[in-house]
Amino acid sequence: MTIYEAAHVVRSKNSGPFAVTLDILFDRSEEYFRLKNSGMITPEFVAGLYRISPEDITDFAWFDAGLGVKITYLRKVASGTVGDRDVYGAQQHAPLLMLEMPE
Amino acid sequence: MKTTILSPCGILGYGFPESSFRAAIAQRPDAIVVDAGSTDAGPHKLGAGTAIVSRMACKKDLKLLMEGAKALSIPLVIGSAGGSGARTHVNWTLSIIEELAREMDWQASLAVIWADIPKDHILAQQEKGGVTKMSPNVPDITKESLDATNGVVAQMGAEPIIKALEAGAQIIVCGRAYDPAPFAAVAMHRGHDAALGFHLGKILECGTLCAEPGTAKDCMLGMLDDTGFEVWPADPKRKCTPVTVAAHTFYEKDHPYILKGPGMVLNLEGCIFTDCGEGRVRVEGSRLEWIPYTIKLEGARLRAYRTFVLAGIRDPLLISRLDEVEAEVRRQVKEYYSEIPEDQYQINFYHYGIDGVMGELEPDRTLPHEVGLMFEVLAGTQEMANAICATVRSSYLHYGYPGRKSTAGNLAFPFAPSDVQFGAVYMFSVYHLMQVADPCALFPIEYREVGV
Repeated sequence: MTIYEAAHVVRSKNSGPFAVTLDILFDRSEEYFRLKNSGMITPEFVAGLYRISPEDITDFAWFDAGLGVKITYLRKVASGTVGDRDVYGAQQHAPLLMLEMPE
Repeated sequence: MKTTILSPCGILGYGFPESSFRAAIAQRPDAIVVDAGSTDAGPHKLGAGTAIVSRMACKKDLKLLMEGAKALSIPLVIGSAGGSGARTHVNWTLSIIEELAREMDWQASLAVIWADIPKDHILAQQEKGGVTKMSPNVPDITKESLDATNGVVAQMGAEPIIKALEAGAQIIVCGRAYDPAPFAAVAMHRGHDAALGFHLGKILECGTLCAEPGTAKDCMLGMLDDTGFEVWPADPKRKCTPVTVAAHTFYEKDHPYILKGPGMVLNLEGCIFTDCGEGRVRVEGSRLEWIPYTIKLEGARLRAYRTFVLAGIRDPLLISRLDEVEAEVRRQVKEYYSEIPEDQYQINFYHYGIDGVMGELEPDRTLPHEVGLMFEVLAGTQEMANAICATVRSSYLHYGYPGRKSTAGNLAFPFAPSDVQFGAVYMFSVYHLMQVADPCALFPIEYREVGV
C-alpha cells in the first residue's frame, strides 16, 4: 500500500514566501502510528527524496492529535519571484505519494 | 462569559453562501471578523499595490457583512484589508465601505489601523540589532534595498485592535495583521484567555477549511467560554470532527502545534479535541507564552520585467537534447546582443512534462513523448525583455541541432503572436522580525464616521 492510498491528505503549501511545508495526514490512527513508529520518515529521508540539504529542513514534527506529520523546508527561490515554479507551493507533495507504507 | 464570533470566509471577497451567513446571523454572534490578507499569491500584490480579489466581489461580501453587523449592532473587524494591508490596499477597502454605508444609509463609527512602517525606523532598529531575517534565504535589508521597496507593512498583533474595540468602533479596518489577531482581539477584549482567542482565530481565519467537506468560501462559528471554545460550520452539511479541527493547525504553518505570532508563542500540543455531535467540536488546553514583542515586516520591490513564450515540443530527438539545444540558443543570443552586458538580462527555460513544477527538486526525470516549454526573458526594461525574448524564440525555433529531421521548425506555438509581455516581476525584499517596545506604537489608529 502506498502513502497515497493510506493517507487522508498529502499536500504541500507555502509557509510564508520563503518556505514550503509538507503534510501527511491520516484519518485512521493505525496507519498514522504505523508510519510514525516505523521510523521511515525522517528529515534525512525527506532531504534525500527532495534532493535538498538536511539543513534546509527547518521543522519536522509528528502531531498525534492531528494524526499527521509535517516537514517544512526552505525554498531555493522565494514565492512569486524570478525562477519560482510554484507560487503557492501547492504541487510539491508528489514525491511523497508513491512511497510504500511500512508493514 | 460566552462570546460567539462569526467568520464568513477565508478571504474577504472569496464569497460565501448567503444562506449560511443568514443561518450564522440567526445564532446572534457577538462579532463578525474576516481576514482579507495573504502573502500566498506572491510579492506582486504588495509590490504593485493591487488587491487579491476584485472590487465587485469585495463589495458583494462586505454588503452582507455590514448589513449583519448593523442589524445585530455588533462590531465588524477586517484583518489585512485589501490583501496586503498597505495604505493603498486599506484605502481601497475604505472606499468600498464608504460607498456601501451611504447606499445602506448607515452612519457608523469606523476605526482604521494603519500598518505601514517608516523605512527610517527599520534602518534605525537594524543598527541596534533589533531586526532579524525570518530565515537564512531572506535577502538582507540595506539602505538601497529599502529605498527600492514599495513600502513596508508589519503584521499587527491583537493590542491595537483591542484599543479600537475599547473605543467602540463599529467597523474596524486593519492594515496588515497577524491572521488570527483580529479574532484574538475580540476574544481578549471580552475577557477571554488569549491562548483560546489566538487558537480560535487560527481556526476561524480560514472559513470552514477545518470542516469536512472543507472550503475557505463558507461561514464558520466559534464560541468561547471560560475554559475552552467550540467551533462549528454554519451550513449543517459540513461537519467538524476532532481530527479535522486538530489537523487544521497544520495548515500553511511551519509547525503543527507551535505557532509564533506577535509577542507570543501558542502551544497546542496538549489540546483536547472533543466531539460535541452535530459537526461541533470543543477545544481545551491551548497554551500561550508571552515572549519579547516582535512584529513581522513584509516588503516587496521590483525585480525585473518579463516577456515569455509558451510552446510545445513533440519531436523525440529534440526532447532528448533540450539542454544542449538551449545552451546553444543562449550562446547565439549572447553573441547577437554582444553590446548588452550579460548581467543585464536573464533567460530561463521550463520543461513541463520533465521538471516544470519541481525544478532541481524533481526526483523523476523520465522523458515524456511531449514537453510543454515555457521560456522567459527578464530584463531591466520591458523593451529589452521583449527584444531579447524575440531573439530567443527565433533562435530556438530554427536552431539546426545535429541529426535534426524536423528542419522546418522546433516549436509548436499555441498562440499568435507567440511572445507575451508580462510586465513587472516583484520579489519580497523584506521578510524580517523587528523588536518593538510597544505593540501599538507603530500601528496608529484613526477614527472616522462613514455614511455621513
